[in-house]
Amino acid sequence: MDFTTSDLQALLTDLADLMRAERDHLCALDGAIGDADHGIAMEQGMVAAAAAAREVTDGTLQDIFNAAAKGFLNAVGASSGPLYATAFMRAGKALGPEKSVPRDSLRQVIVAMAEGIAHRGKAEAGQKTMLDAWLPAAEAASAGADPSAIAAAATEGAEATSGMVAALGRAARLGDRSLGHPDPGAVSAAMIVGVICKALAAS
Amino acid sequence: MDQTQKLINDGNAAVDEMLTGIIAAHPNHLWRPDNAPRAVVARHGPREGKVGLVIGGGSGHEPTFLGFVGKGLADAAAVGNVFASPPPQPVVDAALAANGGAGILFMYGNYAGDVMNFDMAAEMLEMESIEARTVVTTDDIASAPRDAREKRRGVAGNVFIFKAAGAAADMMMSLDEVERIARHANDRTYTMGVALSACSLPQTRRPNFELPVGEMEIGMGIHGEPGVRRGPLQSANAVTDEIVDAILGEMNAKAGDSVAVLVNSLGSTPLMELYIMHARVAERLAAADIRIHSALVGPYCTSMEMAGASISVMHLDDELTTMLDHPCDCAMFRVG
Repeated sequence: MDFTTSDLQALLTDLADLMRAERDHLCALDGAIGDADHGIAMEQGMVAAAAAAREVTDGTLQDIFNAAAKGFLNAVGASSGPLYATAFMRAGKALGPEKSVPRDSLRQVIVAMAEGIAHRGKAEAGQKTMLDAWLPAAEAASAGADPSAIAAAATEGAEATSGMVAALGRAARLGDRSLGHPDPGAVSAAMIVGVICKALAAS
Repeated sequence: MDQTQKLINDGNAAVDEMLTGIIAAHPNHLWRPDNAPRAVVARHGPREGKVGLVIGGGSGHEPTFLGFVGKGLADAAAVGNVFASPPPQPVVDAALAANGGAGILFMYGNYAGDVMNFDMAAEMLEMESIEARTVVTTDDIASAPRDAREKRRGVAGNVFIFKAAGAAADMMMSLDEVERIARHANDRTYTMGVALSACSLPQTRRPNFELPVGEMEIGMGIHGEPGVRRGPLQSANAVTDEIVDAILGEMNAKAGDSVAVLVNSLGSTPLMELYIMHARVAERLAAADIRIHSALVGPYCTSMEMAGASISVMHLDDELTTMLDHPCDCAMFRVG
């Protein structure tokens, strides 16, 4: 079964629901090494992205991703705004001006989102950022791993950030004190990958 | 855990309701362009041929940033959510309102989110043939080592750094000159803080870090970023000495030099305690034969209801003295 514009709108709504449910958990993780607002930014951003996506009535998958990008960015700013806005725009470009694509194209969405985040944030693997979840997921997705393995790669990547010293973002100022805490951006990234993988697995 | 007590209506509406109140309270100083609710512009600031100075960042630090919008200081500010950078659009809105055709200078504290959003705004302005340059402030000496100044955060010393750049722009200097003076001001400004209790976001009303009663954290950031040292709460003089020692250790001042001093409340620490700290600052500087040219004591860069204070020192030279003494008239800050 192909992945359609209404599937994409539903996926973004699922992401918004998940971020709303996980808001306080993500804020608590951020409070240990940052400024405790990551859950708020992710909730506001995904809720705005889903709302903007639903307003696209006769658009393509790319139109919906672009609307979601703009919605997310203008709702939050912060760090996650430019990062996820760029990720969504890259995802839209990857799917192109189509109303429906083979479900397997969601692998390209994961790869494109990871590339967009890397480009905008100028981060690399191992710096204790959301990329530490996105990059292993993208690697697994392009290697043809099955959806559950892609999701597991993202989750393992997020868990591995506990053992990293932050090199970028607010937590970078902590030095070794960031050890033992997972990066909240990587944790939310793994949640997002999980939702996309669920859509990838649906048939 | 109990929620913190705040006089708000709706945590998600707090920033917009605050802005409504600020515009209502200061109509002779501030206005907002149509369809740009998060851009606050100086009534008498922007004008033809003048470099537009645009500042901004997350909310929750009032009077930073919008309190420093006014003639002689910043032309406009972009307002983000609490502790979150504004998105690019309000930055663009602020820049368009501040544009006098001589270029735009963005100034804001050095945080990853702000850098990404202001850079995106600069790219958007470039498409409209408006040049926007950037000087980030890095005055928090506790936030990174001295040899990594470019990684440091911008905190309360902003007020001096913005003031210097705003004066240069108000004197109709070129974008090159305003940028040079902004960098020079930043290079000579040093801040360090101490936190005594946490603040809480209006959306969660939960303390954003744990700091047990009886403890303090030296060097904590204005969003609760952990600092350099946590320990038992000490006297005002002991804390002030630790901060002044750290600042003097970096500043390289000679006997007879002049400085501007800011003793800033992080939110709930009252003027009484700030003046007690200032007395010690003045005593220490006098002992080093350093003259206080001007002093600010009060809440200038807060972290909502956080308890604690910071001390900022700008090492003056003739040029910076002229810039600090230049008149400005903002809703929450005046000189001359």
